[in-house]
Parts: sequence; C-alpha cells; structure tokens
Amino acid sequence: MLIFIIIVLGISLLLYLILGGADFGAGILELFSSKKDFGRLKNLTYQALGPIWEANHIWIILVIVIFFTGFPKIYSVFSTVLHIPLLLMLFGIIARGTAFTFRHYDAIIDKSQKIYTRVFAYSSFFTPFFLGVCAGAVASGKINLEGQSFYDVFVAGWFNLFSFSVGLFTAAICAFLAAVYMIGEADDDYLRGRFVRRARNANIATVLSGFLVLVIAKVDKLELYDSFFNWISLMLFILATIALPFLWFFLRHKRRWLSRLVAAFQVSAIIIAWMSAQFPNIILLVNGDHMTFYNTAAPESTLKALTFALIAGVLIIFPLLAYLFKSFNKIELGKK
Amino acid sequence: MDDLLAARFQMAVSLGFHIVFACIGMVMPFLMATSHFRWLKTGEEIYKDLTKSWSKGVAIFFAVGAVSGTVLSFELGLLWPTFMEHAGPIIGMPFSLEGTAFFVEAIALGFFLYGWGKINKWIHFWMGILVGVSGVVSGILVVAANAWMNSPTGFTWVDGAAQNIDPVAAMFNAAWLSQSIHMTIAAFLSTSFGVAGVHAFLLIKNPENPFHQKAIRIAMIFAFIAAILQPISGDFSAKDVAQRQPVKLAAMEAHFKTEKPADLIVGGVPNEETEEVDFAIHLPGMLSFLAFGDFESEVKGLEDFPKENWPPVLITHFAFQIMVGIGMLLLLTGLIYLYFRWKKPHLIFNKRFLVLLACCSPLGFIAVEAGWVVTEVGRQPWIIYEIMKTSDAVSPMPGLKYSFILITICYLFLSLIVYWLMSRQIKALKY
Repeated sequence: MLIFIIIVLGISLLLYLILGGADFGAGILELFSSKKDFGRLKNLTYQALGPIWEANHIWIILVIVIFFTGFPKIYSVFSTVLHIPLLLMLFGIIARGTAFTFRHYDAIIDKSQKIYTRVFAYSSFFTPFFLGVCAGAVASGKINLEGQSFYDVFVAGWFNLFSFSVGLFTAAICAFLAAVYMIGEADDDYLRGRFVRRARNANIATVLSGFLVLVIAKVDKLELYDSFFNWISLMLFILATIALPFLWFFLRHKRRWLSRLVAAFQVSAIIIAWMSAQFPNIILLVNGDHMTFYNTAAPESTLKALTFALIAGVLIIFPLLAYLFKSFNKIELGKK
Repeated sequence: MDDLLAARFQMAVSLGFHIVFACIGMVMPFLMATSHFRWLKTGEEIYKDLTKSWSKGVAIFFAVGAVSGTVLSFELGLLWPTFMEHAGPIIGMPFSLEGTAFFVEAIALGFFLYGWGKINKWIHFWMGILVGVSGVVSGILVVAANAWMNSPTGFTWVDGAAQNIDPVAAMFNAAWLSQSIHMTIAAFLSTSFGVAGVHAFLLIKNPENPFHQKAIRIAMIFAFIAAILQPISGDFSAKDVAQRQPVKLAAMEAHFKTEKPADLIVGGVPNEETEEVDFAIHLPGMLSFLAFGDFESEVKGLEDFPKENWPPVLITHFAFQIMVGIGMLLLLTGLIYLYFRWKKPHLIFNKRFLVLLACCSPLGFIAVEAGWVVTEVGRQPWIIYEIMKTSDAVSPMPGLKYSFILITICYLFLSLIVYWLMSRQIKALKY
C-alpha cells in the first residue's frame, strides 16, 4: 500500500516535470526567441499547449495532496522551512497561468499582448527554477530545524549554490523538453530548423547544468553525491548518456516522435535516478537525521483510504487524459 | 500586525478570492450547456454565439480559479503547518478525491474549449456538462473537508495527536451535508444572478437586444430555483449549527443571554462588553422556532460559554445579517421573475426590473463571502472545533505580514485585470 502510494507520487512528480515542464519550457523558449520568429512561435505554443494546458498543471496538486495526506510531517516541515522559495514559486504559478490564458482570451489584441508575453516568459523560467531550488534544498541535507536564527532555519536550507544549480538544471530540462516537443508541432521547415537548433542548445545547457549539480554536490561533500553511485542510478545515468547520440541523430533527421520519446526517456531516467538515489529519504536534515517515507507515513487507515482514492483517480484520469491527448493530436495530424 | 493575524488575513484573502472563481467555474458550465443544448436543438446561431462568448469568460475565470486553488493547496502548509500535520491524514481523503475531480474538470474543459467543430457535437455537449458536474463534485469535497473543521469526527484525540483515524467517517462528518448543499446552491445563486445582472445592465443600454434577453432567460432559470431553495437549505444549516456549534449560532444571532423562548434579533450592533445589542429589532420566540422548530424551546446564549471561546460577535453577527438579508432580497427578485414569466411575460424586460437585476448582480457573491465569514470567523478561536486553537496551528515563520501584503496586492491586481478583460470581452461582442 505504502509502495503503491509512493509509486503514484513518483509518477505524478515525473509527469509534472515532463508535461508541465514542457509547458514551462515553451515559455522559456519565448524568452530566448528573436523578434522575427516570435509571432509564429506564440501561435504554435498556443496550438500545442492549449487543450492540455490546465490538465498538465494539476499533477503538482496531486503531489501536494499525497504528501499532506500520506506523509503529513514532510509536508509541514518543507512548507515551513521552504516558505520563501515556495511563495516565490507560487507567484510564478499565478503569473504564468493567468498570463498564458489572458494572452489568448483577451478579446482585443493590442499592446497588452506584449505585457502578457513578458510575464509569461519570465515566470515560465522562475517557476521551475524555484521548484528546482526546493527540490535541491530537500536533497541537500542543509535543512536545519534546530537553528537559532531566522537565517539558519528559513534561508540557509535553500539559499545555497547546490539548490540554485538544481533550479537551473530544472529550468534547462524544461526548455529542452519544450524544444524537442515543438519540433513536431512546427508546420514549416524554417521553424522546425529553428527548434532543432534550440533543442540542441537546450540539450547542451541541460548537460552542463546537470554536470554543475554533480560538481557542486561533490565539492560540498553532500551525502546525496555518494548515494548516486548505487547501481540503479548509475545504470540510468549511463542509459541517459548513451541516448544522447541517438537524440542528436533523430533531431538532425527531424524525426518528431522518436526525438520526443528519447528526450522524455532521458529526462525520466535522470529524475528516476535521483529518486532512487534518495529513496526512501525525502528530507535530509543538517544534523544527519533523515525524514523518510517510512518514518513519516500516516496511520494505516489513512494510507488505505488514500490508496483507494488514488486507484479510483488513476482509473478515471489516465483513460480520459489519453483520450484528450489522442483527440487533439489526431486533429492536428488531420489538418496537415 | 502579529503573525497570527497576518496568517488569518492571508487565508481570508486567498479563500475569499478563490471562492468567487470557484463558484463561477462550477456554475457557468451549466448555463453554457443550456445555451449549447438550445443551439443543438434549434440550430439558432445566436445560442452558439452566446455559448462561445460565455466560454471565453469561463476560460479566464477557470485559469484564475485553478492557479488560486493551487496556491491554496500550498498555503495550507505555508500558514498552518501544525494544523495540516494533524488534519492531513484525517481529511486527506476528500482532498485526494477532489484532486481527481479537478483533473476531470480540467480535461473536460480542454475538450469543451478546443472541441468546437473538431469533435462530435454531442460528445462536445456532454464534455461541457462534465466540466460542471466535476466542478460541483470538487466543491462538495472541499466543503466536506471544511465541514470537518466545524464538526471533527473520525478520530480520537489523545495527548495532542489523533489516533484511530477513520478517514471515511471524517469525510462524512455531521456538517458535510448541510454545508455542501448550502454552498452548492450559493454558487448557483451568486453566479446566475451575477450573469443575469451583467446582461440586464447591457440590455438597459441596448434595449431589445435578443442576445442579452436570451442570456437573462437562461440565467434566471437557475437563479430563481436557487433563490427559492437557498432559504430552505439555510434553515436546515441553522438547525444543524444550533445542535453542533451552539456558540457559533449564538454569535451569528448576537444572542448573549440564554432564553426560553428566545427572541430573534434583527439588525443591531452587538456590544461584547455590555453583552447587549443596541438598535435591534426583537421578534419574540422566533429564534427558538428557527433553531429548534418550536417557539418554546431554550436557546443557549453566549453567557453559557467561557468568554475566551467566543468568536468575534460583531463580525459574525454582521456577516450573518448581510447573508440572510441578501438571500431574502434575491428570493424576492426570483419570485417576481417567476410571476412575470407565468402571468406577465411582457414585463420581464421592463426597465425597472432590469435595473433591479443589475443591482442584484454583485449581491450573491457578497452573500457568499459573508457566509464564509460566518462559518470561519464563527468557529474562532478554534481551527478544529474544540480540538485545536487557530493560534496553535500557525506557522513559526516570522514576518508573515509580508506574504499577506504581497498576496493581497497580487490578488487585487488580478481582480482588476479580470474586470478589465471582461469589459473588453463585452466591448468585442458583435451583438
């Protein structure tokens, strides 16, 4: 039961990073797009994301609900010590979700479009960045519940190089996913070429920032660094690396589904590697204690009810979501 | 401002903001579906245009509702970590089911908004209904979790921690039914009067416009039904509160002294120091009747409870009076509409009635906010009634007033933008 809940939690987080992440990335790409391409990019972003937009962002709610129901102590600790970056992330979520919708549904097209776009693009970067900062803080072992000063308890845990590097890495992953995803959505060769170039750049940024995370973890002597060398994580890292030349090959030949699959596989491999390196710990504390899935789990009766609710949810959500993706994908293909 | 007060204000602002968008997101799909259905049946383009222009508004409201709801799921922990640590395992069940319902809502909305001319028209129609149904289910589940705070069951409280947790019993606590019925009808009442009022206002400026006339006719179907049902559900709720939370009832009614029979106090300014209500109208025996269905029964006054456990009487009483007053006014308006529909159809769009409808437009939402003030402020000083005090649940993070100020500015700003966007939607109408 506990394992089932943990698996659903992991899948939800992974799907948020891949589906929601591609959404974030689309905004980040706008940040780096030239004026000339912008108009077409904007339309494409909308076509690609529109129907699935809201659904992609509900995964994070599911993650939160699983935490506060199943692992309440974790939820209360991280929302206390990570108050500041979480709040910043929430402002990003608000700004981004509204700006995206307003940009499309504003009945009068005028200068305000520029403002929506700017807000959308910047918050698309900051939201996953702070999400990554929080994830980094949780994994870093720098969270201090017994600190004396405000800085010790509420700042030091996340305001450090390691957390920031994880934030950058998260944002880079998003941009990478979006660029690869958009290649398939582009409707002419010019734009497709642009996305291929972007996907490459984002891929380089991802690899570099991922490397940065590892280097800082090593220099900082984080416990996490050592746990990365378990055989599952190592194998996944190797697989993700082996997949790189394939990705580049598919990108060069503009194979939309194969490059999407490889990109999603690489990102999943890295995320799962991180999860398995950390399992069953969730929050590593500065005093060496670990808050784990096991020592924070809610009582049996709650886990049972949660399992039941999640099974019902999975049975309803996945078929509907598959139908949504299929319907709109078919429509787009039909048009071409 | 101390941190507790800041946290309470931030929660009030966040919920008060979200609730408006949640109500609109729950009810508009049904209005759209009605118009959609008429288009599918009659083929009149005007109904299609109405459905589409409503759906554009709904897309905007839904987006704001979705992000403010996401924010709330974090704020529960950012502001009340101790509460969530204990309550999470007990009331997580409705929240996790709500996650599913909200997912379904978002997926169905994707189909509905983007499906025009792309998917089978009846599937499209039913997706619209599904948006509304899953929205209502989400609302009921969230209210069930809130009801548990008023009527905590499904656990035993031993040495400051919950044991023997039964999430199903907690979800179906004694207050869930009356509260969720009252809230669901309130959503229909506020949204449908809100919509009718906006179209009435536009119709005054542009008389005989069939687009707005049709919109008003559709919205008023829901409005008058909700207006008639709401007082009945309110009575059911009041009797429930009288049983479960007598101190809340006493604060709502500004009922200081235990009386048998008890007067109903209308209006007035309660004074907690003197335990008197100034400038009030007294209706003899009415409170006994409303609370227990018997003119002779005893109603406990605030004096029977220790003063440190009193909710703020003035706020609770005022909010309650505002809610009931608006409910009565909307009932009257609904009945007038019903009478016109039935006996004098030519009067439905007469100017005076349209002015009345336009004035009613914001009232339902004000009543919703007032009702939430009653239930939340009326539960103070408890966050979990008679189990945990609000002051024991607040985050240890200092400087909560800054996050309160930032969130408030953010939501004020968003409200202005939404208002501005709606006025632009209206400007762009082709009718």
